[in-house]
Amino acid sequence: MQPMRIHRGQAIPLGQANIDTDQIIPKQFLKRIERTGYGPFLFNDWRYASDGQPKPEFVINREPYKHGTILIAGKNFGCGSSREHAAWALTNFGILVVIAPSFADIFHSNAANNGLLTVALPEEKVTELLAKAESREKYELTIDVEKLTVSDAEGWSANFPLDSFRQHCLLNGLDQISLTLQRAAAIQAFEDRPKPY
Amino acid sequence: MPFKDVKVTAPKSLFDKLWESHVVWQEPSQPALIYIDLHLVHEVTSPQAFEGLRLAGRKVRRTDCTFGTVDHNVPTTREHRFNILDPIAAQQINTLRKNCADFGVTLADVGSAEQGIVHVIGPELGLTLPGKTIVCGDSHTSTHGAFGALAIGIGTSEVEHVLATQTLQQKRPKSMLVRVNGALPAGVTAKDLALGIIHQIGTDGGTGHCIEYSGEAVRGLSMEGRMTLCNLAIESGARGGMVAPDETTFAYIKGRKYAPQGEAWDKAVAYWKTLPSEEGAEFDRVVDFDATKLEPWVTWGTSPGMSVPVTGRVPKLEDARDEVEKAAFIRAYEYMGLTPGAALNTVMVDRVFVGSCTNGRIEDMRAAAKVIKGHKVNAKVRMLVVPGSEWVKQQAEKEGLDRIFTAAGAEWREPGCSMCLGMNPDIIASGERCASTSNRNFEGRQGRGGRTHLVSPEMAAAAAVTGHFTDVRQWDYKE
Repeated sequence: MQPMRIHRGQAIPLGQANIDTDQIIPKQFLKRIERTGYGPFLFNDWRYASDGQPKPEFVINREPYKHGTILIAGKNFGCGSSREHAAWALTNFGILVVIAPSFADIFHSNAANNGLLTVALPEEKVTELLAKAESREKYELTIDVEKLTVSDAEGWSANFPLDSFRQHCLLNGLDQISLTLQRAAAIQAFEDRPKPY
Repeated sequence: MPFKDVKVTAPKSLFDKLWESHVVWQEPSQPALIYIDLHLVHEVTSPQAFEGLRLAGRKVRRTDCTFGTVDHNVPTTREHRFNILDPIAAQQINTLRKNCADFGVTLADVGSAEQGIVHVIGPELGLTLPGKTIVCGDSHTSTHGAFGALAIGIGTSEVEHVLATQTLQQKRPKSMLVRVNGALPAGVTAKDLALGIIHQIGTDGGTGHCIEYSGEAVRGLSMEGRMTLCNLAIESGARGGMVAPDETTFAYIKGRKYAPQGEAWDKAVAYWKTLPSEEGAEFDRVVDFDATKLEPWVTWGTSPGMSVPVTGRVPKLEDARDEVEKAAFIRAYEYMGLTPGAALNTVMVDRVFVGSCTNGRIEDMRAAAKVIKGHKVNAKVRMLVVPGSEWVKQQAEKEGLDRIFTAAGAEWREPGCSMCLGMNPDIIASGERCASTSNRNFEGRQGRGGRTHLVSPEMAAAAAVTGHFTDVRQWDYKE
């Protein structure tokens, strides 16, 4: 996992609520056995017409959003299926941060395990960011993982919550399995306990 | 310190007991490391996890607690089950076969009497038991909570983590009690109850929580019904859904292949009886739901919370609770091809799907068969019935249910996830409308441009006959 300390990038406004993982990456792409290569299929059914041609109006088909790295979305982002392919599709496309009023639990964990930062901000703050990202020719945000702030060049800024463990893992790009394996003795002791039946 | 004493003797909930008995390690202000008793694996969310193990030179820590099957991709037609035409699907299934063989994991493969949808076979085989922690790389793992287990859907990195360590890093969820007051009226099912609860609390109402369902209506449900209810806990955003174990639970489990036997059985039951929430146990949130006014329920939109009783109408814009919901309504009218205010029982269907981890169990097959018996599937409708497992299929055929379906003009298929998510060839065409017993009515879920309405098996069967949504409480049953 890549560590993240400060990230600056173009914001992508996609303000709908309840964007589910079926929309982020439709089922036909879940048959692959790789972890990479999902970027071209991100938001496939919204992004391309049935004949495979890009829909010019869809946000990530447009300048400057097609180069964006920070997605701004509505509440309950990532609901539905547990497919980690959703996190892979976002990161493979180049998105490193998703800002939304709230996230579905499984998506939240999947994001963390792929170095994709989920930033939960109050709904009115997200609405402000959506408006800015939609109206400016170019709109960049800076995310500071150490200070837990989102800010823009116009003086707008907000703090976001992140539990200290996730922050630590993200700052250091830590792999969860090696962390857990440091507890091998505790796992063994748990397995050796007497069972109720 | 007196505070400490209070804490020790405080009444505990089912969730508290399950959580606390599985914590392996807990550092302050970090996620807990919890032990996993059962890990179910399928072809779609596991290949990258096994690959990760290989790259790191790791093994599966507890092959005896890991069980694999193929369900999402498997064709449901007999001729294609062993000759999968889609090369990418075939490769994914072959990859699981190789991974299970290489790492020593038991696999219920196509053709095995134990194959089926993970959430159907776990309980059938007696792998799913009260008091266990259960994970699977599938969001509908919440199904297993029906037995009084802590069952959580996980992503592929977590699948790899559990394979390697038999533990999961997990922040302790909050607890929520959904008290279902009163009994379900006649003709109203667990599916309607589940959809009614999602409608009340919202598709993110359970986020961050583990739900326990209690009350008379829940106690009155069979295990199949409880599984349907817990299966849909994820559609309210919950980490898990649970029902406390009781005599109904024990009767279901007894004698199943991997269930404890003999002396172990008695010890197990004695232990399981200690699990239910104690009087006065505290929950972070308590929700009351009135079962007595519930009706057969139909979703009209593109989120499981967008639903109305079959006697109702597509909501109007002014019914939206806020601006966000208003925007979602506008999008859903367009996608679903529905007019605000339209009566649900006038909406015509093209396809009917009975099956999935939500409603693909034997009781669901019986319920749909009972409605359709002696009737014919409407000439404009194509109906697909897909048993949730090989065992469900065999049992249904023993009872003659397959012949009831085929005599009515429905297709009787081989077990798998099928048209619930259309990863196999079972999909609906753009613009087609489907009455489906599955769990998600998201845009494109059953096929790009397809329109899904979630209903109970009874309601699905009734719609297949009449060609439109029909109140099954008025049904003309032909015995």
